[in-house]
Amino acid sequence: MPDVTYEPVIGLEIHVQLKTRTKMFCGCALSFGEDPNTRTCPVCLGLPGTLPVVNAEAIHYGLMIGTALGCELAPRSIFHRKNYFYPDLPKGYQVSQYDIPLARDGRLGDVRVHRVHLEEDAAKLVHVGASGRIHSAEASDVDFNRGGTPLVEIVSEPDIRSAPDAAGWLRLLRVTLRQLGVSDVNMEEGSLRCDANVSLRPRGEATLGVKTELKNMNSFRFIERGVEAEIARQEAILRDGGRIEQETLHYDVRSGAISSLRSKEEAHDYRYFPEPDLVPIAPTAQMIERARAAIPELPADRAERLRRDLGVSADQAKLLAFRPEVGDFYEQAVATGGEGVDARAIANWTCNELMAALGDGEELADTKVTPEALAELVGMVVAKDVAHSAAKEVLATLVAEGGEPAAIVTAAGLGRTDDGELAAIVDRAMAEQADAVEKVRAGNEKAIGAIVGAIMRETKGRADGGEVQRLIRERL
Amino acid sequence: MSDLTEASAAELIDHVEAGTVAPEEIWDVYRGAAAADDLNAFLWVAEGDVPAFSRDAPLAGVPLAVKDLFCTEGVPSAAASRILADYRPPYTATVVERLVAAGAPMLGKTNMDEFAMGSSNENSGFGAVLNPWDRGRVPGGSSGGSAAAVAAGSAPWAIGTDTGGSIRQPAALCGIVGLKPTYGSVSRYGMIAFASSLDQAGPLTRDVTDAALLLRHMVGRDKCDSTSTGHPSEIELPSAERLDGVRFGVPPELTGDGLEPGVRAVYEQALKRIEELGGAVQEVALPHSGHAIAAYYVIAPAEASANLARFDGVRYGHRTAESDTLLSLYEQTREEGFGPEVKRRIMLGTYALSSGYYDAYYGSAQRVRTKIADDFRSAFESVDLIVTPTSPTVAFGLGERTDDPLAMYLSDVLTVPMSLAGIPAISIPGGLSEGLPVGIQLAGPAFSENRILDAAYALELATAFDGSRARA
Repeated sequence: MPDVTYEPVIGLEIHVQLKTRTKMFCGCALSFGEDPNTRTCPVCLGLPGTLPVVNAEAIHYGLMIGTALGCELAPRSIFHRKNYFYPDLPKGYQVSQYDIPLARDGRLGDVRVHRVHLEEDAAKLVHVGASGRIHSAEASDVDFNRGGTPLVEIVSEPDIRSAPDAAGWLRLLRVTLRQLGVSDVNMEEGSLRCDANVSLRPRGEATLGVKTELKNMNSFRFIERGVEAEIARQEAILRDGGRIEQETLHYDVRSGAISSLRSKEEAHDYRYFPEPDLVPIAPTAQMIERARAAIPELPADRAERLRRDLGVSADQAKLLAFRPEVGDFYEQAVATGGEGVDARAIANWTCNELMAALGDGEELADTKVTPEALAELVGMVVAKDVAHSAAKEVLATLVAEGGEPAAIVTAAGLGRTDDGELAAIVDRAMAEQADAVEKVRAGNEKAIGAIVGAIMRETKGRADGGEVQRLIRERL
Repeated sequence: MSDLTEASAAELIDHVEAGTVAPEEIWDVYRGAAAADDLNAFLWVAEGDVPAFSRDAPLAGVPLAVKDLFCTEGVPSAAASRILADYRPPYTATVVERLVAAGAPMLGKTNMDEFAMGSSNENSGFGAVLNPWDRGRVPGGSSGGSAAAVAAGSAPWAIGTDTGGSIRQPAALCGIVGLKPTYGSVSRYGMIAFASSLDQAGPLTRDVTDAALLLRHMVGRDKCDSTSTGHPSEIELPSAERLDGVRFGVPPELTGDGLEPGVRAVYEQALKRIEELGGAVQEVALPHSGHAIAAYYVIAPAEASANLARFDGVRYGHRTAESDTLLSLYEQTREEGFGPEVKRRIMLGTYALSSGYYDAYYGSAQRVRTKIADDFRSAFESVDLIVTPTSPTVAFGLGERTDDPLAMYLSDVLTVPMSLAGIPAISIPGGLSEGLPVGIQLAGPAFSENRILDAAYALELATAFDGSRARA
C-alpha cells in the first residue's frame, strides 16, 4: 500500500508538582534543594505505624485545576494503593487516585482532558559514580526530600495529531497552570513532567493503532523531537509491513535514539486496591466555590479579550496571554496611557521592541523599565515628538537604567529635529551626495539610501525616516 | 495491701488516691513480676524507677503492658518480627501517648504473633508464649503476650490490637477481659499495620471495670489518623447489676455446629445467667456470617501484602548480607526476616489483588463484608446485643495446629464477623471447661461500648469467675 498516509494520534500524560506549603500526606515543608533527607518525617519515610493525612491545600489546587480545565468534579473520589517495589518508594506502594479521580472530562484549547487526579511523588535516587545512571553506579543513595510532594496527573484524550501540536498544547497547559499559581511548572527542575502516548493509523480510519508510551521528556524541544522520532519509527515499521509492539520507550536526547524500557509482558501488575488509611474526598459546595473564585483569567480567555477589546493582533495577543508577566506589563502600560491611548501601538512596542531589547535569558522583571515609562514613550512616538529609531535608543536606556523618557530625550538630545533644521541638513546632504542624487534621478531608487543614511548620521537618528524621505523627494 | 498483684487496676488507683499504696510500690512489684516472667510474655521490660507522671493523672501510675505492635519511641517495637529486630522507632503511637499522659507508664512490650498474624502466639519471631493456666497450651493470639501477662499477674493491665479476634480470643483463652472497640474510635497511628481496615486497639484487663477505665483514655479522634472518628460519648464505668429488658440475640449460624461440648456448656450457662438477671434471649439471624472467615482471609492478607511491602531492607530493620542486586536484596531480606505465616499471607494477599483475580477475590470479599455488616444492622433492630462464645474451643496444645493453617484460621470463626462489620465486642470469662477458661462474647452496634460494658459487668458479677489460679 504505497499510497497510504498515516495519521499520528497523540495523547499526553502530565505530572505537575503542586506548590503547596507542605507535602501530600504529612506536615513536611516542600523541598527546594535543601540538603538530602532534611525534609522528612516518619510519615513520608514510610516508617512502620505511620498513616497518611490528605493535604487540604492540594485538594484545593486540584479542584482549581479541574475547574480551570472545564472538568466535572467528582462528588466523591478515592485514593488507591499502587504497589511496586523500588528504593524511591518507602512504603512499597504509591498512594494515587485510580478509578475515581478528582476530576474528569474537561477541555483545554482543542484537546479534551480525560482526567485530573492527585497522588504523591516518589523520592529521588542519586546514583554515585561516573555515569550518574543506575547501571554501573558504585552506590545509589535515596533523598527523601522530594518523596511525598503533591502531584497532579493530567491525562489528555488522544486528540493531538502532530509533534508540534503536542508541544504547543503542553505550552498552553503550562501557562494555564502557571497562571493558576498552583505549580512552578519548571520542566528542567521536574515540577512539570510529560509522557506521550503515540500511535499511528491510516488516515481516515477511526480505530486507534497500537500505542507506545514515551517517558519523561524534560523540555518542549525534546517532546517535539521525541514524538517526531517515534512517529517516524512507527511509520517505518508499518511501511515495512511490521507491527507496533505496545511498550514503554525512552528517547535519548543526545543520540535521538529510541530504546525500549519495558514491553507489555514486562509491565508491572500494580495490584491497585482502595487505600484503607484514607477516607474519600467529597468536596463541599464551599470548597468548589472557593476553588472557582481562586481562578484568575486564563490565557485563552485573556488572548480573546485583548483581541476583542484592545484590537491587538492574534499573534501578539497570544504572546501577551501566554507570558502573563508581559501581559500584565502591557495592560498596566495601556491603563496609565489614559484616554486616547494607542493600545495597538503599545502592543507593538511591547511585543516587538521591548522583547527585542531584553538580553538573552533576561526577564522583564530583571529590567528597570516601567509600564508608565513605556506608555509615555509610545505616546511620544505616536505624537511624532520622537522618531522611531531614537525611541528605540530611549527604550534601551529605560531597560538598562530606568528613568523618564522625556528627560532621557532631552538629556541625550534625541528630540525630533525641527523642520527648518532638518531642511537645512537635507539640503547639505544632497549637495554632498551629488552622485547619489544623480543616480536616483536616473531611476536607481536604491541610491536614496546613501542620502538618508548621511542625514540620519548627521541627526543621530532624531529625524523621522518618513519625513526625511519626503523632504528628499521634494528636492529631486 | 498484702498482695498488690491480686488487686484490679481500678482498686490500685483507689489505693493510690487513698494514700494506702504508693505508685512506686506498684511499679516495683510489677516491674519485678514482668522481669521474672517465665511465660515469654514480655519482649522488653522497663528498667529503673517509675517514669515521671502527673500526680493528678487519672490512672495514678498503674503500669501498662503494651503489645509489641505499638511503636514506642526509643524502645524496641518489632511486632515480634525478626525483620524489625532491634528496631527502635523515633515516635510513639498515639494511643500509648494518651495512656502514658493519663498516668499509665509503660511497663514493657508484650510478645505476639508476628505482625499480629496468628491465633496462638506461636508465630512470634521470638518464641511462643505459654498459657498461665496450662503451660503446655497456647495463650491464643495475636495479643497472646498481653493476655498471658495480665492473666498471670505480671501486668495490671495491657493493650493489644484486634484485627479478626486478636484481643478477644487470647482474652478468652487466658480467662481475662478483652474489648475490641468500634473501628475508628481509637487512633491507629503508630500501630504497625496488619490489615488497616480492620485493625483496632483495645484493652486486655482483669475485669470489666478496668476495661472501661482503660478504654476511656484510649478513644478519641486523632488528626494523624484520617479513619479515626473518636467516640460520641464518654466511656462510663459500668454499674448495672441487672439485665432487665435487655434483649440478647443468639445467632444459630455461629453457635450451631463446631462448638466444643465444654464450651457449649459454659455458653448455655451464660445464657441462663442472662435470663436470671432479667435479660431476654432470642434467636437472631446472621445469614452471611458463615462466609466471614473466607472473606476475612482475602481482605486481611490483601491489605497486609501492601502494608508489609515497606519491610525491604532499604531503610530500617533487617537487611540481608547476601545480596548483589536490588531484587536479591528484597528477596533475601524478606526470606530471612519474615516467618512462614507472614509469607503465606503476603502470598495470599498478593494473589488476591492480581490483575484478573481482583474482582473474583478482593471484590467478592468486599461484597460479603458489606452483607455481613448489613446482617448485624438488621439484627440490632430486634436485639440490643449479640451473645456467642468467643472461641469454639478452649486453649489448645502448643504445636497442635501449627501444621494446619486452616484449623488455626477457624479459631477466629466467632470473632471475625464483628471485625468485618467494624462493631465493638467484648470477651469476658464465662467459666471453666476441663480447668481451662471459656470466654463469652457480647457484641453491639457501632459505638455501643457503654451498653456492652454495662451488660458485661452485670454478667461478670453473676459469674464470679475466679482467675487466681493463673496467678499462682
